[in-house]
Amino acid sequence: MEALAASRPRGRRWTNVLERPSVLASVLISPAVIFILALVGGPLALAVYLSFTNAIGGSLHGRWIGLGNFRHEWTNPAFQDAVWHTFLFTVISQAIVLVVAGLLAHALLKKFPGKWLLRFLILLPWAAPLPLSLMGWTWIFDTTYSIINWTLQHLHLVSTVSPPQWLAQPRLAMGSVIAVHAWRIIPFATVIFLAGLASIPKEVDDAAAIDGATGLRKFWSVSLPLQLPIATVALLFGIVFTATDMAVVYILTNGGPPPSNSTEMVTTWAYKTGIESGSLGAGAAISLFLLPVLAVVAIGMLIFARRAEVT
Amino acid sequence: MDAVLRGFREKGLSYLIVGPFAIVLAFPFYVMVITAFKQQRDFYDLSHSPYWFHKGPTLSNARFLFDETQYTTWLRNTAIIGVVVVLITLVLAVPAGYALARLSGKLGQSVGVGIFLTYLVPPTLLFLPLFSVITQLDRQTSHLLHFHLRGSIWSLVLVYPSFTVPFATWLLMGFFKTIPRELEDAALIDGASRLGTLVRIVFPISVPGILTVVIFSFSLVVNEFVYAFTFISASSHRTLSTGVYTDLIRGDLPQWGAIMVASLIPSIPLALLYNTFLDRFIAGFTGGAFR
Repeated sequence: MEALAASRPRGRRWTNVLERPSVLASVLISPAVIFILALVGGPLALAVYLSFTNAIGGSLHGRWIGLGNFRHEWTNPAFQDAVWHTFLFTVISQAIVLVVAGLLAHALLKKFPGKWLLRFLILLPWAAPLPLSLMGWTWIFDTTYSIINWTLQHLHLVSTVSPPQWLAQPRLAMGSVIAVHAWRIIPFATVIFLAGLASIPKEVDDAAAIDGATGLRKFWSVSLPLQLPIATVALLFGIVFTATDMAVVYILTNGGPPPSNSTEMVTTWAYKTGIESGSLGAGAAISLFLLPVLAVVAIGMLIFARRAEVT
Repeated sequence: MDAVLRGFREKGLSYLIVGPFAIVLAFPFYVMVITAFKQQRDFYDLSHSPYWFHKGPTLSNARFLFDETQYTTWLRNTAIIGVVVVLITLVLAVPAGYALARLSGKLGQSVGVGIFLTYLVPPTLLFLPLFSVITQLDRQTSHLLHFHLRGSIWSLVLVYPSFTVPFATWLLMGFFKTIPRELEDAALIDGASRLGTLVRIVFPISVPGILTVVIFSFSLVVNEFVYAFTFISASSHRTLSTGVYTDLIRGDLPQWGAIMVASLIPSIPLALLYNTFLDRFIAGFTGGAFR
């Protein structure tokens, strides 16, 4: 009882300090910031350090070899291929996403019966856990029992003797992983676009109508600029999700098919080098390659989004 | 009359665009559902259409999954990881999101953007150093506590908040910005403390927003593949995302029926929840950036 009474005034002083917004703000923010610094900043710094060493799997240090890893990977054909594949994978799948999501968002803006169900179906690829829905894709692309091949064969579009091997032929494998990733991102981009379109005030529509802008013209000079900031952010996320994806490529093709390894990405190559071969330093150097590229893309897009928002 | 006709035409156009895409996007799930209930002889039979049953539906795939594999263990592991990670996430992200939305000035704004930018540092960039950190910690824990951190689900519990906390903070910041400031001001004038206002006024109205964060964070955990795949090698410690892949697909003969059941069981409830909370998710996601 006495201890409690003694602690009262001190407790009061504490709450007084907490009444100051700046103090309360730092008290509330710090745990999250410290946590993020420890779990993202720390490992990131460690990755940078490891990339300059010849550390092997499971250890935290190795011999300092300067730019050795970077120089080696830069001239390594496997790494160069991986960079090129990642670029294609990201650019093509996001181009598909932009076009399809743009179309879908415009069509979903209107009210029509059955919209709830159609929206649910469109959202499924994003809502279902990816590693699990990829199991469905593996079965759909099966070498013998592919439902796509069965359909194409019955439409007499492909040969029954040597049907396409969706995950085992270099070009087809790349096409398949691009298609599956676009499939995954389209719902996400659609809902974000939809939010952007819905946020355009009704008055803007009316003003455009008074000025005689309709159809494509209205889309081009009114709707598009207004939804550009939000669309840019959706695209930025799409690019980051795609360039750094490992699940789609690893589960569907594992970077194969050998010997061309036409779907080897920067991420799978880093995994193979760093974990499977145990060259931790080299693996860290490979995975770090994505960071400056993504940072430049992100900063560019955020500046663009902000400017578009102001004007 | 003209307006009615135009309305019909516009609706028709919407169906023409949305319909085909909905079919394409949902197609894999249709294949999964139908394969899940097919007899093995049926889906290995190329002389009949794979689009429908030929021999009648069966539950034998589900029975195989629950009796012959470690599926229930993976379900349990995923649930434990998900619940603990969501709790950690809420404890850290709710106060931070509120403070970033309300209390902080210029500096807070840059902290907010900084948290947003941690998205650029995804698991595929961090799994190598974190793998080493976990390995080192494992030496300590196995030495001192006779407990192996590496290969246990707790290594994932430790790491997963690295992406759920920034995500949740960002979303919550968006939600808190939408709560009218007048509500809090009224309570403050009535003599309530700031912390008291937070607990008694702000949190109760934010329940829908917080629920949204719970569902989307949980779903991020179920989606995670890279860490779960790198850190854990024993079957009995695996999560859904890696267990189904490593044990059922990479095994000698993939049991496709069972694999489809395994994938659908968590997907369907998660997809329904996702859909229910989607509008709130979008409000928070875009609210953080554009308000």
